[in-house]
Amino acid sequence: MEVFIRYLQVFVTGGLICFVGQVLINKTNMTSARILVLFMLIGVVLEITGAYSYIVDFGSSGATIPICGFGSNLARGALKGLEENGFLGAISGGLSSVAGGLSTVIVSSFIYALIFKSHSKKF
Amino acid sequence: MNNYLKMVEKSSPKTKMLPTLIMAFLVGGIICCIGEGFLDMYKTYFPMLTEVELRNATSMTMIFLGVTLTAFGLYDKIGYYAGAGSIIPITGFANSVMSPAMEFNREGVIYGVCSKMFVIAGPIIVFGVTASVIIGLVGMML
Repeated sequence: MEVFIRYLQVFVTGGLICFVGQVLINKTNMTSARILVLFMLIGVVLEITGAYSYIVDFGSSGATIPICGFGSNLARGALKGLEENGFLGAISGGLSSVAGGLSTVIVSSFIYALIFKSHSKKF
Repeated sequence: MNNYLKMVEKSSPKTKMLPTLIMAFLVGGIICCIGEGFLDMYKTYFPMLTEVELRNATSMTMIFLGVTLTAFGLYDKIGYYAGAGSIIPITGFANSVMSPAMEFNREGVIYGVCSKMFVIAGPIIVFGVTASVIIGLVGMML
């Protein structure tokens, strides 16, 4: 039962974030790149104001899987790097905390793109 | 000219508000639940990892999943129905890298795949890294 409630919290948190995004798309006709940048920056702001840890406590993956989690990771990495290594850490900390995700996306896309041809869009 | 724009607006199909919102909510929630499933799995099998490392591993898995689904052409089908529910999760970020890379692979490896890869993801990385450096530098001055 406890597990079920936790997954429900994840579902609601992740769902609500996407819900807000869809409202923005419907109302303003924003492109997906703008939506992604906007939500990533929201993640950065929420992280430095300290609100993000509360959302993660409630929603777990529901808060970290949306692109806001990427932004909060960047901000948290920069602050952590600053604490540990001073100036150099402040500059390198952000990227190094998301390096795993970036490397995965670049390498796997590159290899797949060499193998697969584009699918014709049927819509 | 203005009349024409009004006419276009009137005759172009209206996006239905409620169904798209519900689909975005459902699909976004389901993708996050899959992520939570991977997190639980890693927690059980790799208990020596810290919370941050576990979350990183989960993101990497979800990104790989997003790229794979895009490569097989399935993610665009989900995206057609889900809208923001498929864009905002990290799998959507993976999709935004993979799909132009695949689209332009006929233009060669360097100018096709490698440079077009960042058509959509580039702004996200630029804004994100700039913001993180600014935060680091401002934090140092405080």
